[in-house]
Amino acid sequence: MTSLVLAEHEKGALKGATLATIAAAKALGADIHVLVAGADCAAVAQAAAKVAGVAKVLVADNAAYDHQLAENTALLLAELAKNYTHVLAPATTTGKNVLPRAAALLDVQAISEISAVISADTFERPIYAGNIIATVQSLDAIKMLTVRTTAFDPVPAEGGSASIENVAAVHQSGLAEYKGEEVAKSDRPELTAAKVIVSGGRGMQNGENFALLYRVADKLGAAVGASRAAVDAGFVPNDMQVGQTGKIVAPDLYIAVGISGAIQHLAGMKDSKVIVAINKDADAPIFQVADYGLVADLFKALPELEAAL
Amino acid sequence: MKILVAVKRVADYNVKVRPRSDHTGPDLANVKMAINPFCEIAVEEAVRLREKGIATEVVAVSLGPQAAQEQIRTALALGADRGILVQTDVALEPLAIAKCLKAICDKEKPDLVLLGKQAIDGDNNQTGQMLGALTGYAQATFASRITVATGSLDVIREVDAGLQTIAIKLPAIVTADLRLNEPRYASLPNIMKAKKKTIDTTTPDELGVDVTPRTRLLKATPPPDRKAGIKVEDVAQLVDKLKNEAKVIA
Repeated sequence: MTSLVLAEHEKGALKGATLATIAAAKALGADIHVLVAGADCAAVAQAAAKVAGVAKVLVADNAAYDHQLAENTALLLAELAKNYTHVLAPATTTGKNVLPRAAALLDVQAISEISAVISADTFERPIYAGNIIATVQSLDAIKMLTVRTTAFDPVPAEGGSASIENVAAVHQSGLAEYKGEEVAKSDRPELTAAKVIVSGGRGMQNGENFALLYRVADKLGAAVGASRAAVDAGFVPNDMQVGQTGKIVAPDLYIAVGISGAIQHLAGMKDSKVIVAINKDADAPIFQVADYGLVADLFKALPELEAAL
Repeated sequence: MKILVAVKRVADYNVKVRPRSDHTGPDLANVKMAINPFCEIAVEEAVRLREKGIATEVVAVSLGPQAAQEQIRTALALGADRGILVQTDVALEPLAIAKCLKAICDKEKPDLVLLGKQAIDGDNNQTGQMLGALTGYAQATFASRITVATGSLDVIREVDAGLQTIAIKLPAIVTADLRLNEPRYASLPNIMKAKKKTIDTTTPDELGVDVTPRTRLLKATPPPDRKAGIKVEDVAQLVDKLKNEAKVIA
């Protein structure tokens, strides 16, 4: 039994989501190989080789895999997958884009967002916005899985000494071309890696008012998130959205401000260790999951909170 | 340009679906069913392309029980031209759905297939990608803007880091994210008109697709319970609790 983990990386750095995905592979008990696909990704391969528990790193370093476009990367992954019992990718927008395409090439029904490994062929995963936990058994020869990274404690980034092997295969479909990206720059921690998150909803009223949240977040070393309502209204960009179809987070402390608590939002944050809700509506559903609720006007409470920290 | 748009019948997004008491699956008895919200966005996008004169025909496809006709009618009321129902009582997995859609693509030869990025029942987020693999078409998942050029599309995608732009060749698969558009409400005259539009019915068998499930649902259980905590009086008490009781801030 050997697992292949598709590494998530960006600008020469291995992303934390990869470490959580390797943790899921470790729970399977199989040997672990990591595939680094990209352009100029030698440094990423070096980093992956140092990760605790990794036996081998496969590196496919070619312009065809730059930005891990789905068409080319799925062809590569499907070709390599034939040598493995399990193929895992983080349930990030990259993993979710590539892995199902590779699975269909192999006539495999992939299993999305596993949150626990029960056995080599049986997994838990949330369905219906996390209102049901499904225990699912795969009947396919190769198990193709995406991993909910908040559900697995990342393995240490150091301590391993895996061999690195080059993959010669080049799949260039010519179907898609990367043209650019618009990435919000921030000195705050990434949402999916932060220990503390402060999130704002429709109650923030506009984008300028998010400054109140940023100031509290900076006192706490926190990341800032948002509900779908706040993103739809154009207050903040899409990469801040927490929820069923946005980012899934599980920090030590989640402070929801002016967020009513629709089930779609709760699906993205209810595994947080401690939840605080600040809302002027005492009947808001968010209070049903909050450990500490404060019924207050956020425009009064946030400056007070900033001052008290 | 001909557009195929897939629509799924799911529990309404306002319903908090719970597992059946014997934990064999979701309890959908007497639950209001609706078109999956992401599929509705896909339909709206197809109809807008039709209204702009870029698309010439929009065909709405659904797969499921006979009642899934209702969701095709919803798509027709929003402006799709005709419908196809792939009727089956088997609970279809994404791979089986993608195989049926591939068979329909072979017949209909669309230039663009629009789907929702995920259905809010299974939360799989796989069907569009799998259809891309089976047809060999390019894919743009999580689309928040589509611009049609000659023989290709520019698509802005909602990715974890922000917004990514890619160009893909036609024919192509695009899956809709939340902010691609805001679907219209169907007007009463359009709902009436939709009743006269054609829905053809076929089956996975007729399409030559084996839909035997590849996974087994062993158990459907409620998530760990999270109880409401306490209400604090003011910010001072909140900070005190976080520091001294929960110990999550220093």
